[in-house]
Amino acid sequence: MIVRSRHLLLACVLLMSPSAFAQQDQDAELKALREEVRQMRQEYEARIADLEARLDATENPPAETRSLAAEPAPKLEAEPETEPYDPKPYEPEPVYSAQTVSVARDSSFNPAIGVTFQGQAWSYEHDPEDYMIPGFPLGGEAGPAPEGLSLAETEITMSANVDDKFTAMLTVPIVIEDGDVVVELEEAWVETLALPGGLALRMGRFFADIGYLNNRHFHSWDFADQPLAYQVFLGNQYIDDGLQLRWLAPTDFYLEFIGEVLRGDRYPAGGAANSGVGSTTLGFKTGGDVGISNSWLFGFSWLSADADERESGDEDEPLLFTGDTDLYIADFVWKWAPNGNSRQQNFTFQAEYMWRNESGFYQLPSVEDGPWDYDQSGWYAQAVYQPFPRWRFGVRYDRLSGDTPDMIWAGTPLYPLGDDPTRYSWMVDWSNSEFSRLRFQYNHDSATEMTDNQFGLQYIFSIGAHGAHTF
Amino acid sequence: MQKIIRVFLLPVLFLLPVMAEADIRVFACEPEWSALAEEIGGELVTATSATHALQDPHYVEARPSLISKVRKADLVVCSGAQLEIGWLPMLLSKSNNPRVLPGKEGFLEASSVVQRLGIPDSIDRAQGDMHPQGNPHIQMNPHNIARVARAMGDRMAQIDPENAQSYARGTTDFLERWGEAVSGWESRARPLAGKRVVCHHQSWIYLEDWLQLEEVATLEPVPGIPPTASHLSALLSELGTDGSGADAIIRAPFQSAKASEWLQDRTGIPAVMLPLTVGGSEAATSLFGLFDDVLDRLLALQAGS
Repeated sequence: MIVRSRHLLLACVLLMSPSAFAQQDQDAELKALREEVRQMRQEYEARIADLEARLDATENPPAETRSLAAEPAPKLEAEPETEPYDPKPYEPEPVYSAQTVSVARDSSFNPAIGVTFQGQAWSYEHDPEDYMIPGFPLGGEAGPAPEGLSLAETEITMSANVDDKFTAMLTVPIVIEDGDVVVELEEAWVETLALPGGLALRMGRFFADIGYLNNRHFHSWDFADQPLAYQVFLGNQYIDDGLQLRWLAPTDFYLEFIGEVLRGDRYPAGGAANSGVGSTTLGFKTGGDVGISNSWLFGFSWLSADADERESGDEDEPLLFTGDTDLYIADFVWKWAPNGNSRQQNFTFQAEYMWRNESGFYQLPSVEDGPWDYDQSGWYAQAVYQPFPRWRFGVRYDRLSGDTPDMIWAGTPLYPLGDDPTRYSWMVDWSNSEFSRLRFQYNHDSATEMTDNQFGLQYIFSIGAHGAHTF
Repeated sequence: MQKIIRVFLLPVLFLLPVMAEADIRVFACEPEWSALAEEIGGELVTATSATHALQDPHYVEARPSLISKVRKADLVVCSGAQLEIGWLPMLLSKSNNPRVLPGKEGFLEASSVVQRLGIPDSIDRAQGDMHPQGNPHIQMNPHNIARVARAMGDRMAQIDPENAQSYARGTTDFLERWGEAVSGWESRARPLAGKRVVCHHQSWIYLEDWLQLEEVATLEPVPGIPPTASHLSALLSELGTDGSGADAIIRAPFQSAKASEWLQDRTGIPAVMLPLTVGGSEAATSLFGLFDDVLDRLLALQAGS
């Protein structure tokens, strides 16, 4: 308010001044102005003379170069070169920091924000609402996409450095569940930047760093859905709250060890057992190059979780499991791109094997509690080929297998079919740029009681900041 | 538990003796900067480049082998200006090496010490792959190489103060040789001034600025989008068929020759591949060879026409 009234006052004074005082002081003012102009002219003349002299020196260099000056010469530095050659540095302006542009605005500290838009259309022969794999109840977010047109998750990401020692990341997918808009929290973590010895500590909610696909966002999958093994053993993707410690060995080839302690509140853990420290993981990754066109990555990880009345299967009448679950994952990826130029042409082979033992007891709505101690396994292998820019073609094979449980489980969702569940998938996608992708996918799904032919269309578009992808 | 410890830690014990020792380990994103690091630091540095001359530095993968190299680097030198935006941030965040994070002495962004050209007035992805901080291909003006050399020498001295004098000597010695070479190139290049060029991608803006070439068109319709048939036929009608539309069609070794040869055959304008960095051609074995060869190739066109 004070500021505004001052401005008002100043405006009044300015408005009044010419009419009130101009005539009286006209002569004196004119004199002063003339004097000022004279001084300015002197000053500028001196400067111009100086500039002319300098220009002359650069345009007419001494002796032998002058004869060549007639023909157009390549642009030289503004000043003639002296010995030794002394280049002047330009004022630095960092690019890869979180705060890049205009320092003057408050918004310059805003995090990098990105939005990914994803939608799909699926056609099934059998109602996807009733989708189940006998013997392998699905947990977490697993299961087929809704029939017909639907919106997949719309993902908002924000990330920035907190200070010189920490960086933070937030991923908030907005999903439609039974017609309601639901905002989820997929990732909310802070990570150290300055730990010595190749260590990094992450805290918060994150994708567990196990297997190859578990910590990849929906938009970077090569197929529109996760492999069956991921759907059954990890509920599509295992996300939990806790701590992650990574150590990168100082070796000549890539070798990294990862350990996590997690709350254990989400499938395949459940109920935040063991006083809220219900799940731990341990794993390593290694990889390297073969020539300049090939690279590979191998990983092995182990997830050990306590489950306390963990839900799986049908949402309305869930199966409840209490006990220990151990999951081992071996993953392997081979990528080829001629001369390492993946933009033109590339090929990726990827396979993962999972083995799980669960021991404890199951509670079913219709049956009495029963003991459970069985092994199950699953694997997939896929190949994606980009023969020319923009187009990629992929094929994937899925298979699950497991022990046949006791007859008390016959007729329940825990009792498998005679044959191992399998599925074949084909996909084609087209990307106009790295920010847009359209995909067609076909699944021949023999995992369920009746084989299903599934056709899907999908789009993925991102705007704003888009983080670099991992290998 | 013991079994687990054995499985996870045994490999480490085997690998510990393998770790190599050097005064400064330089991780360069592009071959020109690893070559420059070796020119300046000589035997005191071990330099590796993440990319080679036949790769497009915009698009490489954040490969595991690169993560382990950044982990051990004392100095990371990259062109910057978002050239490596698709992979370098991932390498830096995965490599757990606080010494080489942006803002630290161990991270040198080469384009920050030169006058960047081609800074766009407005930013919109509809205009293609944009570089808000300007064109990142700064190495094609030798004056820029000299500026980066100075900055790099300073950084090396900060990182390894014991050998500071050697790095200073290395820098002065390089700049002396470079200054001589530059004046040689500049007098050789006089006939090239004012020539008009068509470029595959805007990789040559600093070369054009240095040699006073005029860029009349690019084969890419917008930066980062591969040449399309419709854009090429529009170029054909613009440039004419009598060879007078421009003096050369320029591409880098990793860019497909198809588009430039198609246009060469129809317009009569000679297409030429120019090395964009050290190793881009047989003759471009060093930074000196790079510019020698670029001029040789351009002057050969000039002589042929």
